[in-house]
Amino acid sequence: MRTLALLVAIFAALAVLPIGLRSDFWLNAVMLALFSALIGQSWNIAGGYAGQFSFGHALFFGLGGYAVAVLQVHLGINPWLGMAVGGALGAGAGAALGWLTFRYGLRGSYFALVTLAFAEVFRILANSVPFTGAGEGILIPLDPHPAMLQFRALSGYYWLLLGLTFACFLTVWWLERSRLGAQMQAVRDNEDAAAAVGVDAFTVKLKAMALSGLFMGLAGVFYTQRYLYLDPGLAFGPAQSVEALLVAIVGGIGTLFGPLLGAFALHLLAEAAQGVLGDVPGANMVIYGTVLVAMVLFLPRGLTSLRQGGRRRRRRRTKDA
Amino acid sequence: MPDMTILWPAILNGVTTGALYALIALGLTLIYGVLHIINFAHGALLMVGLYAVYFLWRFLGLDPYVSLLIVPPAMFALGYALQRGLITRAAHGRDENILLVTLGLSIILENLALMAFSSDTRTVDTAYGFSTLDVLGAFVPLPKVVAFGGAVATALALWVFMARTDLGRAIRAVAKERKGAQLVGIDVNHVYAMSFGIGVGVLGIAACLLMPSYYVTPTVGHGFVLIAFTIVVLGGMGSFVGALIGGIIIGVVEALGGLFLGESLGQIGIFVIFILILLLRPQGLLGRAQ
Repeated sequence: MRTLALLVAIFAALAVLPIGLRSDFWLNAVMLALFSALIGQSWNIAGGYAGQFSFGHALFFGLGGYAVAVLQVHLGINPWLGMAVGGALGAGAGAALGWLTFRYGLRGSYFALVTLAFAEVFRILANSVPFTGAGEGILIPLDPHPAMLQFRALSGYYWLLLGLTFACFLTVWWLERSRLGAQMQAVRDNEDAAAAVGVDAFTVKLKAMALSGLFMGLAGVFYTQRYLYLDPGLAFGPAQSVEALLVAIVGGIGTLFGPLLGAFALHLLAEAAQGVLGDVPGANMVIYGTVLVAMVLFLPRGLTSLRQGGRRRRRRRTKDA
Repeated sequence: MPDMTILWPAILNGVTTGALYALIALGLTLIYGVLHIINFAHGALLMVGLYAVYFLWRFLGLDPYVSLLIVPPAMFALGYALQRGLITRAAHGRDENILLVTLGLSIILENLALMAFSSDTRTVDTAYGFSTLDVLGAFVPLPKVVAFGGAVATALALWVFMARTDLGRAIRAVAKERKGAQLVGIDVNHVYAMSFGIGVGVLGIAACLLMPSYYVTPTVGHGFVLIAFTIVVLGGMGSFVGALIGGIIIGVVEALGGLFLGESLGQIGIFVIFILILLLRPQGLLGRAQ
């Protein structure tokens, strides 16, 4: 219960932030970090808890984004409904991708490569078919009403994002205490042993991918409504996939607060670097890459491992065994 | 169905491009076959090689083919140092860590290049850049013919090296049975670093052969990296002949896909092959089942 109280307290504090904060610049900065936390936590469900390292989470992100945009622009379907479709599409794609790859027993590096290739296939498709607007991208007409999932004030988007992120974190909190979560971690630590004691590893991994895809799809919906624009590179390019796994790894994979910690740490670092170096193109990414390499070298369990409680150490021991 | 006057040049173009793809994939397949790791930074390292060839031409006036004497050895040294200094240390016994470290390395290299050289597209001008050769009625650019020959020669040389030299035997021993190799006195860490170095050195050869008919930008490696993975998987991880055949197949598929489906959608054939092979025959065409 203490974990839940802490989680609620953090999000409550974040919820009142726009009331105290007058500057849109800082609110936007917090939003970018929150968005990273959302996609990082989505990735964390499959990558951290179930041990399935995906390099192509942009697939779910792009599907969600294109769902809300295409339904709205071409069929006039309300974006709130589009959001539901986008989330469902993300979850469905996660399950479908899992079904395809796990059925053939693909693990580890092979799984990472297949996810990457699928994202790339969809990038090419989105670039080639007419209803996505192809390479020029798709523009959503400006209509700033909450009923159209558009907001006049930045705080509207902020609270929408905060709500989605809270839902995602709450799901992971539940997962940590649930049977499914325990099964996912068992599969991650030793799939054969988990199967030997009766865990249906295939179904467990499928559920993890579906949950992961659901929140990644919702993140895509949010992104598209926030900027009212999407193109194939933004949707299915490697940037979102890399950011998602990066914040989870920096924060600590397989932990509830890891992605939140990782997201704020990385964005703080990026802001600071921009302050020092100015707007040099590429400088941000050099720092991200360096942080990634340094984390894997020196702190492979992430920032949260710096204060290890007994619970974590126990889990680690069973993992090493 | 277009007739042979259109089909033949497309196939020929596919074969020559495919041989270059194969050259890039050779290093990747060697690294995978021995170290059993997937080098995600392969595309970024190719980019480094291409910039080296470009600047040698730009400031010293060296022909890209003359750079064959400089760039591959330098790339070999870089690869050896990377493996010994970084990749081994980061592994902590997990494959995923190596994927992540090489991913991080590629992000760093690409964006350093962006900071230092900007995103401008750079090309070299050579006297022979636009010469063509008549192959049974189709005109093929001369640099592509040279690259084709270079790729075949490199694959053969690697094959002979692995079969006939002491180091080649040591590499094969380590690839098969690491502990056993260590027990008979092979320096495993050295062999690992040599394999990685040779893999990256072959990228240097690819860069020299590619530059006369291509260009360099900080993200030039992106286009090659998934293609190279596809070839490695298609040919069977660790197989040189497989990589050569796989590369040519992929080149032809890409050329014909472009002809029938258009430039953008044509690329999809490559990834469909990639996904199908990974799902249905992950050991590849010439690989043995594990």
